[in-house]
Amino acid sequence: MPQYETPLGAGPGAGGPLIRFDGVVKRFGDNTVLDHLDFTVAPGERVTLIGPSGSGKTTILRLLMTLEQVTDGVIWVGGEPLSHMPKGGRLVRANERHQRRVRRQIGMVFQQFNLFPNMTVRQNITEGPVHSLGVPRGEADRRAAELLEMVDLADKIDAHPTQLSGGQQQRVAIARALAMRPRILLLDEVTSALDPELVTGVLDVLRTVAETTDITMLLVTHEMQFARDVSHRVLMFDQGRIVEEGPPEQIFGDPREERTRAFLHAVLD
Amino acid sequence: MTWDWEFTGKIIPDLLDGLVVTVQATLLGYVLALVLGLAVALARRVPVLGTAVFAVMEFIRCTPLLVQLVFVFYLAPSYVSAFTVGVAVLGVHYAAYTAEVYRSGIEGVPPGQWEACRALSLPPHRTWGAVVLPQAIRRVIPALGNYLIAMFKDTPLLFAITVGELMYQASRIGGVYFRYLEAMTLVGLFFLLVSVPSAVLIRRLERRYAAV
Ligand SMILES: Nc1ncnc2c1ncn2[C@@H]1O[C@H](COP(=O)(O)OP(=O)(O)OP(=O)(O)O)[C@@H](O)[C@H]1O
Ligand SMILES: [Mg+2]
Repeated sequence: MPQYETPLGAGPGAGGPLIRFDGVVKRFGDNTVLDHLDFTVAPGERVTLIGPSGSGKTTILRLLMTLEQVTDGVIWVGGEPLSHMPKGGRLVRANERHQRRVRRQIGMVFQQFNLFPNMTVRQNITEGPVHSLGVPRGEADRRAAELLEMVDLADKIDAHPTQLSGGQQQRVAIARALAMRPRILLLDEVTSALDPELVTGVLDVLRTVAETTDITMLLVTHEMQFARDVSHRVLMFDQGRIVEEGPPEQIFGDPREERTRAFLHAVLD
Repeated sequence: MTWDWEFTGKIIPDLLDGLVVTVQATLLGYVLALVLGLAVALARRVPVLGTAVFAVMEFIRCTPLLVQLVFVFYLAPSYVSAFTVGVAVLGVHYAAYTAEVYRSGIEGVPPGQWEACRALSLPPHRTWGAVVLPQAIRRVIPALGNYLIAMFKDTPLLFAITVGELMYQASRIGGVYFRYLEAMTLVGLFFLLVSVPSAVLIRRLERRYAAV
């Protein structure tokens, strides 16, 4: 099976963290959203980001997906810089080619699904593998069928996204992201745009992914029970800084920081 | 002056010849406008080239089609036919408008679509060819259709550079027989006969594609 190049292995990051934020600064104009942020995520780890609106959770995921560029600092993925590339013994700003290569290990599911409305479900899922990874069409089709089986939408393979409910669209979007065989999956409030009765179906699919794969996950969610069940670690953010971090039982059951307590109190009501 | 049915019957074949030329010039010019307009819309996104292209298109939009036709006609080498000049000028002139239509269509594609392409690391030719342009063009089909009708109604201007279209035939007949009533009435009628069904068709397309 054709695979993306795996930078882990002999590389400098072997055995180290899969994701590393190293003094990352992100500003929009004079609004400093992330201020020298440092954190790491181990391979296979599932980390939930929580925090009040505007605390920078989405920005962190978008930086990893290279939908935004860092203002300062370096993001490392699998021991390789994502935001930068080595040149003449120094790190310079990564060009598009470098970012494309490193980014291929990362998949993202969006709050608004962002399926391609002009394609069928099958085409949505095979587009990336065929045209970005060079997977042969037949193999990509087989994999799409398997993934649709997993998200319980096997009968919708030839449907168009507009013919599906929000929950079904989001499950297709999850299948589409997984079809790229990412090592890292980014999930930004993937159930927030859904009617309440459709949330469970999507979360069940994600539980299955968590249980049956060793994909590293970074998730932002307001579904605290879900976060508790699937994540190894929770990071509490406020104003672009980590206020507190720990295993979910501790953060949700016995938060140490006043700000965490206040935040959880507000969302759990 | 009273209407002469016999005379009407006599001139209809010539006028139909003119109508054929009119329709040919419209369709060829339109295809040129569609292709060139898309190229312009894409070129406008390239840093320096884009500014240059924008300036040329502004110039084209700000000068009358009739002036452009006559200017190019007298400038073109003599082996280029009037018909070719007419089609080329119509096409380029309308490309300045279709380019704007494409541009608004491209801008109307939600940012989430671009982001999904990026998240899948799609190469640029797939991002444009398989995601952005199909969605952009779909939503501007009605607007592009309106320019087809506008262009059709502008073809009588080709008369000024001796292209044998409908208007040219009518005025030639007028010049020969010193009768304009029948010929000019038929010109108007022919234009209506083509324009009205086209407009209806475009309204239908509009309804069909508006839903997306
Ligand atoms: N493209 C942008 N341009 C300008 N400011 C931005 C942009 N994207 C985000 N911001 C700002 O960055 C800050 C952090 O936003 P971000 O979306 O990361 O927060 P969040 O933690 O995801 O919040 P929420 O829980 O509401 O989704 C906010 O102040 C926001 O206004
Ligand atoms: Mg957010």
